[in-house]
Amino acid sequence: MNFLKRAWLWFDDRTGLSGAIGPIAKHAVPPNTATWFYVFGSATLFTFMLQVATGVTLAFIYVPSSGEAYQSLQYITTQTTFGRIVRGMHNWGASAMILLVGIHMIQVYLTAAYKFPREMNWISGVVLLALTVVMGFTGQVVRWDQTAVWSTIVAAEQAGRVPLVGGWLADFILGGDTVGGTTLSRMYAYHVFLIPALLFVFIGFHLYLVIKNGISEFPRAGDPVDPATYREKYEAMVKKKGIPFWPDAAWKDMVFGFIVICTILVIAIVIGPPELGPPPNPSDIHALPVPDWYFVFYFAFLALMPPEIETYLMVFGPLLVGLLLFCLPFISNRGERSPIRRPWAVAIVALTIATISGLWAIGITSPWSPNFDAKPLTAEIIGADSGPLWRGGMNFNDKGCLYCHTVSGHGGQRGPDLTYVGDRLNANELTWRIMNGGLNMPGFGGTLNNQELSDLVEFLSSRKKK
Amino acid sequence: MSEKTQTSDCTRRQFFMHVSIALGSIAAVLVGIPIVGSILAPIIKKPEPEWRAVGALESFSVGGGYVKVDYVNTSPLPWAGVTAQSAAWLRRESEDKFIAFSVNCAHLGCPVRWIEGAKLFMCPCHGGVYYEDGSVAAGPPPRGLYQYPVRVNNGQVEILASPIPITTV
Repeated sequence: MNFLKRAWLWFDDRTGLSGAIGPIAKHAVPPNTATWFYVFGSATLFTFMLQVATGVTLAFIYVPSSGEAYQSLQYITTQTTFGRIVRGMHNWGASAMILLVGIHMIQVYLTAAYKFPREMNWISGVVLLALTVVMGFTGQVVRWDQTAVWSTIVAAEQAGRVPLVGGWLADFILGGDTVGGTTLSRMYAYHVFLIPALLFVFIGFHLYLVIKNGISEFPRAGDPVDPATYREKYEAMVKKKGIPFWPDAAWKDMVFGFIVICTILVIAIVIGPPELGPPPNPSDIHALPVPDWYFVFYFAFLALMPPEIETYLMVFGPLLVGLLLFCLPFISNRGERSPIRRPWAVAIVALTIATISGLWAIGITSPWSPNFDAKPLTAEIIGADSGPLWRGGMNFNDKGCLYCHTVSGHGGQRGPDLTYVGDRLNANELTWRIMNGGLNMPGFGGTLNNQELSDLVEFLSSRKKK
Repeated sequence: MSEKTQTSDCTRRQFFMHVSIALGSIAAVLVGIPIVGSILAPIIKKPEPEWRAVGALESFSVGGGYVKVDYVNTSPLPWAGVTAQSAAWLRRESEDKFIAFSVNCAHLGCPVRWIEGAKLFMCPCHGGVYYEDGSVAAGPPPRGLYQYPVRVNNGQVEILASPIPITTV
């Protein structure tokens, strides 16, 4: 017997570790769970471990001070050994974790694994989802650039709409009544201490419940859950046909986890971390704070909801979604589990994915935002380089029309495309519309003098199909 | 087992249990007060608004458009760096009358831009638009831009540095 083996036997004798962990690792699981369908929960756990490791590494260098964090991020990205890759992994790891949490949740919902006796597995999972989302948001804030500052203000304004306590919540988020020295320290404390501590607790609880209740077998149509008999049936099945989790089922988790982690590493090396925006100066108003991709659908939701009811949607919408998710196992904890027998569940998932994708697609182009970078109309597009037509075209450029309206591919998308507006509206209608505005257009009656107005109308009337 | 010390409705064992739980709870509450109080401090303690000079009176021409003025916010901490900066849109209406608007959109706080040619404030985030008097021209804002107090003091134009305006219900 060599030295290492003797040392291990001594250690195991004094600690009893193999006796404590071995049976858990090798506990019997239903054979139909040892498939590639069951790898997403463990992959989420692996990305969480990556986030802890890369996060701790970043904390070795990052300075959580409102005035200096930006410089320390630049330092991490450009000057430290491997700093760029570590920041990249932390960023793309966050993306991967959000994605995997989403997939894991959809798969659990579709196969109704939340039903008896796994209600608490689902509820602890909902808490973990919420914590992961908060980590995503606070993570974007501690990337302390211009977008981070304005995102914090937008978050505070949303919290401000909560009835009665809104003002307090907003001050709590900002760390005072304005962005400043207190803001980042607090966000940092949430991001690296408070939320991670809760994540550790709930991940531990979640995993404990997976062992305690056994991993949910893949559902068969016509085999409903009956709380009176389920546990007995499950135990008998696992006793008879079960296979050891480690390594018979776990090897697939390891293979998929390996692919996920390596993919994150490759993306971090090839693409790197997201570019830092301009410095976090709240007086620099040339900002367009768009959140990271996984919040873009919510960004679009905030822009598109009807203003009359937006306070309710903003405050009670997320609360209602959270409450529904929380209550799901109490709404139905028995009966069919197979998605084939649960068409409504399939429809809800399809509808949710379609809604989020739709909002996401429209959020990327943000057609409701004025296009401040629009290219001015050229003499070629206007069709003249002097005279009323030319002056009208220049007015279109200079009086703000261009930011919201497109002519021949130049301009914003907020209002209708005016490339052929001359075919739709006559001079009187154009004049009326420009003077009074309407729908979502400001009236320009107080801005334009008669000459400017008639030139502009002449220009717009000339926008016709050849 | 000796349960001889039993009184009418409380055993020795129950007594130890209650004492232990009570001691733990009391200790938690005692240390909890300063901890929670410290974390909630920003919503309890408010800094006083302060006047900040933003430029000499003669540097603003009567009847010009809005200009962005920068100043230091109400609670500049030594480590705040650029985050202590704040801004407002300022216009000289007449010889001695100024008007100042918050740069924060009344919808969700994004920074509005003054578009001189259009005489409009436009918000890049969700498309809020305001007329030059600060009233809503288009988009989702539930109210007009917030106004800040302005005064002229010793030939200096001063703005009352105020909190970020939060639209509440």
